[in-house]
Amino acid sequence: MNWSYDSQRKNYGKALVELGKTRKDIVVLDADLSGSTRTAEFGKAFPERFFNCGIAEQNMMGTAAGLAVGGMTVFASSFAVFATGRAYDQVRQSIAYPNLNVKIVASHAGITVGGDGASHQTMEDIALMNAIPNMTVIVPADGPETYRAIKAIADRPGPCYVRMGRSDVPIVTPKDDHFQVGKASVLRDGSDVALVGTGQMVAVCLEAAETLAAKGVSVRVVDLSTIKPLDTITLSKAARDCGAVVTAEEHNIVSGVGTLVAAALAESYPVPMERVGMQDVFGQSGESDELMREYGMSAKEVVAAAIKVMERKK
Amino acid sequence: MGNPHPFRCFTLHDLNEKTVKELEKKAELLRRHVIRMIHAAGSGHPGGSLSSADIVTALFFEIMDHSPESGSSLDRDHFILSKGHAAPIYYAALAECGYFPTEELITLRKLHSRLQGHPSRVKTPGVEMSTGSLGQGLSVANGLALALRLQGLDRKVFCLCGDGEMAEGQIWEAAMFAAHNHLENVICIIDRNGLQIDGRTEEIMALEPLGDKWRSFGWNVLFMDGNDMWQVLDTVGMAMEHRGSPTVIVAKTVKGKGVSFMENNVGFHGKAPNDKEYEQAMRELGGSP
Repeated sequence: MNWSYDSQRKNYGKALVELGKTRKDIVVLDADLSGSTRTAEFGKAFPERFFNCGIAEQNMMGTAAGLAVGGMTVFASSFAVFATGRAYDQVRQSIAYPNLNVKIVASHAGITVGGDGASHQTMEDIALMNAIPNMTVIVPADGPETYRAIKAIADRPGPCYVRMGRSDVPIVTPKDDHFQVGKASVLRDGSDVALVGTGQMVAVCLEAAETLAAKGVSVRVVDLSTIKPLDTITLSKAARDCGAVVTAEEHNIVSGVGTLVAAALAESYPVPMERVGMQDVFGQSGESDELMREYGMSAKEVVAAAIKVMERKK
Repeated sequence: MGNPHPFRCFTLHDLNEKTVKELEKKAELLRRHVIRMIHAAGSGHPGGSLSSADIVTALFFEIMDHSPESGSSLDRDHFILSKGHAAPIYYAALAECGYFPTEELITLRKLHSRLQGHPSRVKTPGVEMSTGSLGQGLSVANGLALALRLQGLDRKVFCLCGDGEMAEGQIWEAAMFAAHNHLENVICIIDRNGLQIDGRTEEIMALEPLGDKWRSFGWNVLFMDGNDMWQVLDTVGMAMEHRGSPTVIVAKTVKGKGVSFMENNVGFHGKAPNDKEYEQAMRELGGSP
């Protein structure tokens, strides 16, 4: 498809700098990855409110918590694998339990990290963060949606996790979209099958929808940009209208977005479902697009899952 | 007793024999609360509450500028209990300071109580940070100290740590961060009672030379007898005068201090006294069961 691409990280950096101009309470922390996460741009604009914690993510999360106790709105960034895994207990104990105003915005999530290999490819961060009470979990689909999401969560007190990828991703959301925490958006309407994508899998779903449409299938594509709180209304409406659902995530299907959607639909409007995502294995080094194909997270697999799930419709 | 310390107390006014006597009596009262609470709960951590009772008393009744009325304000001194299992002594101090009724103390660890087994910021009036998973309090104290500095508030953040939790790597991450950022308003006090659940700290995971470790991390290091009220007041006073770097005070204490059969007895790290032990403990602490 003829996409234009944009970086989620770049949009994060831009949103932070804009927030910093009007909001004196915004403080930003990073753990020696500020160039990659783009928090360095905030650091350049507001050096007195930026603290590089060095390669010490656990201390960074605790420090973020203390700043929030002191009335600050804190953004703490690192790679997703470290922000959620290395510092899990600090996020749970010092941020989520006391319900503090800390935004954990992590980049380089998922397999598209690429060459760094499995040590850096977190396929379980959504599961980890989603399981913690008080935590809001957001996975924007593209660069502009990342920008809007960051602006939205800055105004919303409490702990929040935002997942971003490394690579530039296709712009899939409408220009004048308004980001609402907890609200999924329908990017393409249809009635035969619903493709529920999250993160950059939304673009993959839209690509699959084109292929399916050429075969005469009417496809709905949902951008599930908030994982928690889950928009069960939009999801169950999609299930009711289409009678079949495919989820697509760049994450382990075990305890991932597909699992959450399945649980929500089981309680509201159960329909046949297929889950596209990482099949409970560790990744490896490679180019992003190679890895997406290698591990079954390309449009081809979404199309196959859609055909399979429609066959299961009664 | 008199003042055995060669230094003058710089910041604490009207410090005299009478004040110290009153504080010592207050510490004894808090110790009785601790024993009563843990006995009523049937579980809890008496050892580390009793060892730190004199430090907590000095902070809450003499040193820190705080009150229930200024509870949510930032323009006050702050306290983070990194060794969250010493919650009973913290609650006893908060209740005696008027943050909640002392009658509530015996609800410790009970269903629907505001007094959780470990401190909770969202449940208990006066508790500034939830703790319990060890090694995390100092990072929080640092963040709070930064927030105060950013807002131009010249206030202290006291962080009370256990010695066992010095084995947590995050403590040393936080130690580096505080020195790097010259957080002179952070005062970390280590309750050096020498015992942890499985035994003596020096046998489980040796800490000494503990002061040298902190000094090499760029901290101002002081030592005191943490069960001697004069020394506590004097040493913390010196720490408050220090500028340019954070201060750590290694406070030599006796685990279970004040109750003969609990003193230096690792068995009472996390065990409630039975009825007979409770009665004896209360008598030893100058009270009646």
